[in-house]
Amino acid sequence: MRERQAGDPVTRTVYGATGLLVLFLLLEAAPRLGLVPERYLPPASRILRALWTEASGAGFWRAVADTVRTGATGLAIAFCAAVALGMIIGSVPLLRAMTNSTVEVLRPIPSVALIPLVVLQFGTDIRSTVVLVVYACFWQVLIQVLYGAVDVDPVAHDTARSYGLGTWARLRHVTWPTALPYVITGLRLAATVALIVSITGELLIGSPGLGREIAVAQSSGAVPAMYGLVVATGMIGVLVNVGVRGLERRVLAWHPAVRAEIPA
Amino acid sequence: MRAAARLVRVLGLPVALVLAWWAVTAGEDNFYFPPPTTVATTFVDVWVSGRLLDDVLPSVGRLLAGLALALAAGVGLGLLIGLSPRVRAVFEPALEFLRAIPPPVLVPVMLLVAGVGDRMKILVILSGCLWPILLNTVEGARSVDEVLGDTCRCYGIQGAARIRHLVLRAASPQIMTGIRQALSIGIILMVISEMFAASSGLGFAILQFQRGFQIPEMWSGMVVLSLIGVTLSVIFRQVERRVLAWHQGPRKRERAEGVRDA
Repeated sequence: MRERQAGDPVTRTVYGATGLLVLFLLLEAAPRLGLVPERYLPPASRILRALWTEASGAGFWRAVADTVRTGATGLAIAFCAAVALGMIIGSVPLLRAMTNSTVEVLRPIPSVALIPLVVLQFGTDIRSTVVLVVYACFWQVLIQVLYGAVDVDPVAHDTARSYGLGTWARLRHVTWPTALPYVITGLRLAATVALIVSITGELLIGSPGLGREIAVAQSSGAVPAMYGLVVATGMIGVLVNVGVRGLERRVLAWHPAVRAEIPA
Repeated sequence: MRAAARLVRVLGLPVALVLAWWAVTAGEDNFYFPPPTTVATTFVDVWVSGRLLDDVLPSVGRLLAGLALALAAGVGLGLLIGLSPRVRAVFEPALEFLRAIPPPVLVPVMLLVAGVGDRMKILVILSGCLWPILLNTVEGARSVDEVLGDTCRCYGIQGAARIRHLVLRAASPQIMTGIRQALSIGIILMVISEMFAASSGLGFAILQFQRGFQIPEMWSGMVVLSLIGVTLSVIFRQVERRVLAWHQGPRKRERAEGVRDA
């Protein structure tokens, strides 16, 4: 579908930069003019300076590494488990019918419900948060894989059978390519969830990472540092989004929906 | 006979899982994993008498208040941004960044700004639920079918009527997707805003039980939380089905024709 865009890429970059600049000026002016008390919201320049000070210390980078490790470990475990289970359940109609109700009941259970349990099991260890991440991400991916596995074109499926492809070959050459766009969508959703849940776990449980640093900064009254760390989590979030979208384009370069995006 | 087979399909695995839980935990005396019978009786003792009104209702009320505010603000701003390509180009990078901030970090921020109280929790839920609704509304508003848009222009449908009958209608599937995402984030924020700093509420109660090593009570709290999650998702699905009845009809037909019924 053709979309209406405002001008060429250069104009759009200028527009976007203007938007960011206005946001920055707004956050700078509001506390300086006394619209918001400065102890609640320091001017944007002070926040960025506090972030810079944080970023020149080793503790900050260790926290970033811990957060990324927590999220990535949980995401990887959840992704592998969900893809394997989803492909099996999705390609056997009986299994799908049997598991449907259970999936529908377990999926809406919020991951934070498990917090007390993991604290009792693992304490403030990094494993506590990883378990939460695995639980939260697993359903995101599983649901998408199930959708994808059902979406197989019946003609392609029957053709593969007529040509004598076995179960494994059909799974590999028919079901998997059909499900792949869904799998990647699941991965994209799950990557965002992984970051959110990692930070949540660190904030509440106190496992090492940026979330814990934010909680510490808040309770010790280091307001600019706290906002600086919040900005840092936002930057990580942007990087995750950009990274996953890039991966999506590479993995699905053959797919018509992605091919159509590249102008001929 | 078919109904019986259906019943086995729907209830078979859940019943088997609960029985397995019961079989594993009933014999030995595991402190952390009480058998389901204990959790069930504790559930009745703790929640059905009193706590349901004192802790759960206010929590859910705050969640719904935050969600309603986020819906109003998100759809309003989303239409404003989505309808003009130029406005969208200005706001897009700033929104990308704001959306990427994980909502839970707003709990300490709002704690600072609004103190401990209902206002803080509603603000946290609002600021977390706003982005999925806002961004999906923007997406929906900008992908209005061009032919329909031109048709409306030809028939002189403008202003409020155009927004109501064309833009909102066309964007409604996307908006519902946004609300579904907001709902799951909202529940998380409801719980953690109470776990982080509160003296009442469901999250606070669960944490209190855990710290006091009242394990069956803690499990029963987790059950309450799960029930809220499941109930809200069931209600949401009913609402979605009604709101999008015009949209799902044709789609279901397409599916039935295109994909073999399994």
